[in-house]
Amino acid sequence: MIAIATMLSCGGNDKKKEETGYGKKAPAKVEKKVAASQRIELTNKGVGPITSITLGAEIDQDMAEHGKDVYAKMCTACHKADKKFIGPAPTGILERRTPEWVMNMILNPEQMVKEDPLAKDLLMEFNGAPMANQHLTEEEARAVLEYFRTLK
Amino acid sequence: MKKILKSTLAIVAVFAVFTSCNNADKSSNSGALSSNNAEKVYIAPGEHDSHYAFISGGYSGNLTVYGLPSGRMFKEIPVFSQFPTNGYGYSEETKPMLETSYGFVPWDDSHHPDISQTKGKLDGRWVFINGNNTPRIARISLTTFETEEIIEVPNSAGNHSSSFITENTEYVVAGTRFSVPVPQKDISIKDYKGNFKGALSFISVDPEHGHMDIKFQVLMPGFNYDLSHPGRGKSHGWFFFTTYNTEEANSLLEVNASQNDKDFIAAINWKKIEEYVNNGGGTMMPTEYAHNVYDDDTHTATSTMKKEVRVVNPTEVPGAVYLIPTPKSPHGCDVDPSGEYIVGNGKLSANLTVHSFTKMLDAIKNEKFAGEAYDIPILNFEDVLAGSVEQPGLGPLHTEFDGKGNAYTTFFISSEVVKWKLGTWEVIDRKPTYYSVGHLTIPGGNSAEPFGKYMFAMNKITKDRYLPTGPEMEHSAQLYDISGDKMELLLDFPTHGEPHYAAAIPAEIVKNNSRKIFKLSENEHPKKALSDADTKIVRDGKNVHVYMTMIRSHFSPDNIEGVKVGDKVFFHITNLEQDFDVPHGFAMIGARNAELLIAPGQTRTLTWEPQKVGVWPFYCTDFCSALHQEMQGYVRVSPANSDIELSWSLGE
Repeated sequence: MIAIATMLSCGGNDKKKEETGYGKKAPAKVEKKVAASQRIELTNKGVGPITSITLGAEIDQDMAEHGKDVYAKMCTACHKADKKFIGPAPTGILERRTPEWVMNMILNPEQMVKEDPLAKDLLMEFNGAPMANQHLTEEEARAVLEYFRTLK
Repeated sequence: MKKILKSTLAIVAVFAVFTSCNNADKSSNSGALSSNNAEKVYIAPGEHDSHYAFISGGYSGNLTVYGLPSGRMFKEIPVFSQFPTNGYGYSEETKPMLETSYGFVPWDDSHHPDISQTKGKLDGRWVFINGNNTPRIARISLTTFETEEIIEVPNSAGNHSSSFITENTEYVVAGTRFSVPVPQKDISIKDYKGNFKGALSFISVDPEHGHMDIKFQVLMPGFNYDLSHPGRGKSHGWFFFTTYNTEEANSLLEVNASQNDKDFIAAINWKKIEEYVNNGGGTMMPTEYAHNVYDDDTHTATSTMKKEVRVVNPTEVPGAVYLIPTPKSPHGCDVDPSGEYIVGNGKLSANLTVHSFTKMLDAIKNEKFAGEAYDIPILNFEDVLAGSVEQPGLGPLHTEFDGKGNAYTTFFISSEVVKWKLGTWEVIDRKPTYYSVGHLTIPGGNSAEPFGKYMFAMNKITKDRYLPTGPEMEHSAQLYDISGDKMELLLDFPTHGEPHYAAAIPAEIVKNNSRKIFKLSENEHPKKALSDADTKIVRDGKNVHVYMTMIRSHFSPDNIEGVKVGDKVFFHITNLEQDFDVPHGFAMIGARNAELLIAPGQTRTLTWEPQKVGVWPFYCTDFCSALHQEMQGYVRVSPANSDIELSWSLGE
């Protein structure tokens, strides 16, 4: 009985915390004016397995071709190359995001939308439609990134 | 009696309260009541159970997956029954699983699950289970937790002494409870005696894929073959079946099949018969039975009707079949982990009979026979007897083993589990069950290496154990800790259908093999759509094929026009998700079959025959994201004579 009572009271506390947390969040959101998808963040590397990527001076065409294929198979249900669909369009993405952020968003979307402020805002901008984790390998995600470099 | 029981329970409850209050300052080993049983079954939120239990769903026709020690149900796996929850047996891909020589049979009565073994130990690859009514054996994968294969058993009727596995999963064995004319023919029921046969089927299992094939059937005399178990260790190569109705009565069996003082355990040397068959022995007999196989890559089942089966008359193979007299209408037939002892649970007998495999071989060697039945040698009861447990209880049914030299037998009439010692036959402990126990399970309890920590009893009668739910109640199971000398009742938990038997296994043997998704790159469904570019609608006369995709949270296409009344629409839907636990559902208004639940990477087909002109919605049934309520679409249905062309779109 005591154990049950303790559990119940713990539950109550949690709920309270959640409510205050939720209340605090709301005003912060109003302050942002630029849509998350248009914001330029060229230092944010996001949260996930990718900490540093060096892009070659030239686009690796073979890799980009492979990336295009992966993208067509795994991503086009929600993304169109040049226009907003369920999620944002990847054209010009590297003018706004770091390569690391892009790959982390592909490889680690669940943690990104929880911990990366930009990814969080994007989730809200896109009506809460979650970025699906399609379980690409790092190599596949890297190839998709290379393909994105060809989209100008 | 019931009052006494209730007041005893009340006292126990009071004790329990006391002990839980004083728990902190009492040592844990000061007696059964002072230990904290709640702690032993409590699995904290987010923690995992230590064992899986695969519990037969009885007349649900299915198999349920539980955790031990918590008694929580994790899943119901559809096996022999249509399952609208996920569309099994309704979708085009899974309908073939339920084909039989009688046509489409969408239900059964599932009884005895058994887990595959390697060298006598549970290997956790597959669970087999029998359909008792329309004789079938199913194989369920323990990577996908889906039914992968169902084979019908011809010449059988009441597939009860099934589905038990030999020590290297060479065979899954199925025996018939009801003897029938073989082949079936139009004769008087009164001509039963001497004319009916009991088929014991040895179904080989492909060691790599698990595919089943009936290697041979032994056509035995027309007794009722009740239960069975394989020999193991020294008795590997033999199989033992209990029989009743050796009287061969065909009416009022309640009385007429209880006349003989002893019935038999049939001992079958399957290795000998296998050798005989491998050398061309036996007869191919024309018959019909369905063999249904599900393929993980095409996500589709196919059904093949087989046309013949190999049958063997026991007298054709000298030295292969013997009858061991066993009192009295024995039910369970259980072999201890060493393979030496064969327990005949004579359900109308005062004592529990245990036969010795070594003595059986000696008697056979010395050709000491008491007589013959249909030319099959009958051994002398005394020659084969290892010992008896004297008056352990009333109505013994089943025995399992803990691997520490002890056996546990259920007693239906006296409603208890009795622990006794192999070799000395002394009773060590007895504990009541609530009420009228049937089977019991110890993880690996019928293998060479049981895991003797838990035992659970599956009871036939529930009565006052739970809040009443009208006249019909789920059956109750009871979990006991058997790690000490005395059994300790830990937990009651409800089961689904009537769980005749269950097979349990330590979780670590299974859990890491459990699949999370089906890879899109391995999807070979002929009507898959792997991206938007693959989506299309094709008309073929009155048949309209919709190649559709689904992902959080939309269908593609979601607007469809050009369908007409009288069409048959096939929605071939591929779930494009590649993440764990993101199935999507598909539900079409007025669909007269079921909804679909489609796992990540899987393709499923629902057939819909629109009846009325109008615009009709479909939607996702499995809450998949914050935009789940938006996951919907429309089909415009025009009159049969309309000339509206097929068209489809998404987001336009």
